[in-house]
Amino acid sequence: MNERTMHDLKKLGFYTLIFIVIVWMGLPLLVSTLYAFGTPDDYYNPHRIIPLHYTLETTKMLLFTLGGWEALKNSIIVAVLAIIISFILGLPAGYAIARFIFPGKDTIKLGMLALKVFPVPIMAVPLVMLYIKLHLIDTLLGVALAHSAASLPLVVLITASIFSGTSAELEEAGMVFGLTRFQSFLRITLPLALPGLAAAAMFTFVGSWNEVFAASVLTFSHRTLPALMLTLMETAPDYYKFAAAFIMAFPAIVYVAIARKYLISMWGIALK
Amino acid sequence: MAKKVSKYAPYLLVAPAIIYLAIFIGYPMIEGIKLVFYENGGFSLATVHRAINNYYFWPALKNTLGLVAIIVPTQLILALVLALAMNKVFKGRNVALTLLIIPMTLSDIAAGLIWYSMLSPSGFMNKLLLNLGLIHSPIQLFGYQFHTREFIMLVFVELWRSTVTIFVIVLAGLQMISHEYIEAAEVFGAGYWTRLRHIVIPLLKPSIQTALLLRTIYAFSIFGIVWVLVGRDIPVLAGEAYYQVTQIKDYGVGAFYALLIAIMSLATGAVYLRVTRSEYLEVRR
Amino acid sequence: MVEVRLENLKKYFDRGRVKAVDGINLTIKDGEFLVLLGPSGCGKTTTLRMIAGLETPTEGKIYFGDRDVTYLPPKDRNISMVFQSYAVWPHMKVYDNIAFPLKVKKYPKNEIEKRVRWAAELLQIEDLLDRYPAQLSGGQRQRVAVARAIVVEPNVLLMDEPLSNLDAKLRVAMRAEIKKLQTKLKVTTVYVTHDQVEAMTMGDRIAVMNQGKLLQVGPPTEVYLKPNSLFVATFIGAPEMNIVEATVVESEGLFLEGDGFRIRLPDDFRELLEGYIEKDVLVGIRPEHMTVKGVSTLEHVTRTAEIEGKVDFIEALGTDTIVHAKVGGNIIKIKLPGHIPLPVGETIKIEIDLDNLHIFDKTTTKAII
Repeated sequence: MNERTMHDLKKLGFYTLIFIVIVWMGLPLLVSTLYAFGTPDDYYNPHRIIPLHYTLETTKMLLFTLGGWEALKNSIIVAVLAIIISFILGLPAGYAIARFIFPGKDTIKLGMLALKVFPVPIMAVPLVMLYIKLHLIDTLLGVALAHSAASLPLVVLITASIFSGTSAELEEAGMVFGLTRFQSFLRITLPLALPGLAAAAMFTFVGSWNEVFAASVLTFSHRTLPALMLTLMETAPDYYKFAAAFIMAFPAIVYVAIARKYLISMWGIALK
Repeated sequence: MAKKVSKYAPYLLVAPAIIYLAIFIGYPMIEGIKLVFYENGGFSLATVHRAINNYYFWPALKNTLGLVAIIVPTQLILALVLALAMNKVFKGRNVALTLLIIPMTLSDIAAGLIWYSMLSPSGFMNKLLLNLGLIHSPIQLFGYQFHTREFIMLVFVELWRSTVTIFVIVLAGLQMISHEYIEAAEVFGAGYWTRLRHIVIPLLKPSIQTALLLRTIYAFSIFGIVWVLVGRDIPVLAGEAYYQVTQIKDYGVGAFYALLIAIMSLATGAVYLRVTRSEYLEVRR
Repeated sequence: MVEVRLENLKKYFDRGRVKAVDGINLTIKDGEFLVLLGPSGCGKTTTLRMIAGLETPTEGKIYFGDRDVTYLPPKDRNISMVFQSYAVWPHMKVYDNIAFPLKVKKYPKNEIEKRVRWAAELLQIEDLLDRYPAQLSGGQRQRVAVARAIVVEPNVLLMDEPLSNLDAKLRVAMRAEIKKLQTKLKVTTVYVTHDQVEAMTMGDRIAVMNQGKLLQVGPPTEVYLKPNSLFVATFIGAPEMNIVEATVVESEGLFLEGDGFRIRLPDDFRELLEGYIEKDVLVGIRPEHMTVKGVSTLEHVTRTAEIEGKVDFIEALGTDTIVHAKVGGNIIKIKLPGHIPLPVGETIKIEIDLDNLHIFDKTTTKAII
């Protein structure tokens, strides 16, 4: 009798914990989404806990009058550029670390690991002066370059571990059959590494999409979404804040819903 | 000809990345130091004085350190509990897991604004409590005079946002612990807490250390979430750096604050690496 | 040290669709070394895990002595186990690994020290106590696992294919060591393996399992010489027992007629073969229970029969020779002592030891003789 009830109590406690977690994580998302589309009247009405009337006005205002849509496009451009740049630089480096043994390899690896935990965006502050000289200030390319620097160590490490995972023998087999090392890489290794590379790309994308500090410091008129929202929200009425949150969060949530299983293992291992 | 190429090949492949990083991280560091310590062609501490004597500096430093000191350890325990819970298979696990990861994909600004919908004077929590009759007027959390409340709220929201980072790393580490290690402990008489103490947590140490290091360093540069929720009511170092650069245009002071964050991060990293070593991982046959 | 009794033990997975263990009744005597033998997936490991408490049975009961332990968690059963991959905790030194079971049971410190050293000495790893598992070879880690298992006095010692990850030489050496250890300690041991040589050399009794069912339990010689089913007969023994189809024919005597041969059976077989006259059966004979007339002889045989065959292939092993002979459409393997290189294609006369002839029912595969 005692053991059975203990068992049941433990189970109850466990599921209560899970329930609390789900509510704690999910409720703010739900509420902010509802409020984002709720009318301002319903928001300020103290008796309407959940808005009854909905509107797209706020969102439209944010996107088309206040520059949200521009900023969104800017964010996408910057993120894609960041992926391209960090991959062009990082992929070869990762490949070299995985396939070759050469003096200095361990130092480089260690360096990448150290940089991985370095708060690179903070470097945007001294970067401003350089950017002014190079006319990179207030350009999307400028932000993309900074973001690439932030994600490069991670890309190098991830690609290194991905390529370590794909067997060198497969490449060598290709070379035996007449391909050069480069061709072998393109036609054999790359397709095999694609899933992992896709994960690294997504990781870079999300990092760049959400980055606030460097984006805010390095631009004033060509702002990315987070940078724009940072300044807008200082003066915007409440209900704009929720619409802003929704616009920023929506792509992220869709992304998680699709790639969830993959994300956890990738993140856990990548961040190690 | 082929031999020559392959000898230099690795270096050629790695060079672009190294050079790029040297430019984009090395150069700013040097430039930053110059901005802080060089004035009018000579070594000068004027910028440093300006930076330190700024009205907002000491509060910013205290707040930043305070936030780190409170948030990171709390997160660690929370993340550990969550990871242990999520490691089992149960109904609703997928839902919980998906929800838990979402904050990792959000910018901290988005996270702050999301919680604003819960905590604002016309927000969900206030309305709920009002309509349940538990309070008579909305609880004010925002505003310069509510310093303590704002601080606590920041801790709370930041926990919501960034605990996942530790959670994901710890969960990955947990799942890599071979099930047989746990079974062996079970067979030889260890109950749940004994197993946790003697087997699971020691084997989890590397993951915990990595997660802790990562989070602590990122926590030093906390910015967006503070700015969007409370502005300069709670000054933080990164926020002050942002303010100095974009509003005051005092690049020297901004660089000083940025460098301070960088130095704190590096110092923390160095201390961590010293203190946290697992002998069993370092021995070889 | 207890007797372990399994009553109608069942373990089903996937809502009853996967019958991993399907009704096992077995009593393991106090102090006995019992081997659970069978191919991969036969349910032997699942059975072991149920005895350990790592799996809960779907049906059935497990008793340690008089105590019903069916739903008892492993830690309360006072058992020890050696896992297939040893499960030696990497973050603890060898000493602490071995000492763990004692520490958990709150033995006093000096007692722990005494027992750890005793176990380490028995397994000859005393000088490894201060090392970490990562510094040890596979064989050394295995000894640590065994030392850890014997350091308490368990009710039952369980071993899950502990030798399968060792190289061949080490495996042979460890077989003897483990068996000697068990004989010395007299602890009830259940040993799981798919290697029939291990089973034959180590077990006091062998329990042969297949597809979740227990087929035969008995001492090694009994299981070897008197298999009760086709599966047991062919699973044990290398090279495998020869199996051919034949029909029982009664025509002025009892005969087994098959493709390329006709064997006269002694009259006392008639009683056992009642109901099988004019029926198809399966005939089995082990390679070492036959010989080639003229080049070798069978020792200690009373009744024999003779068939003719053609040499198809010779396997020269040095100490023995395996003659592959074509008899009708079948290939029969004959094991001869020594080096006998018969020429391929030569017609030979094969002598069969009738007292070691096995006949199996074609449908049920149970042994008739």
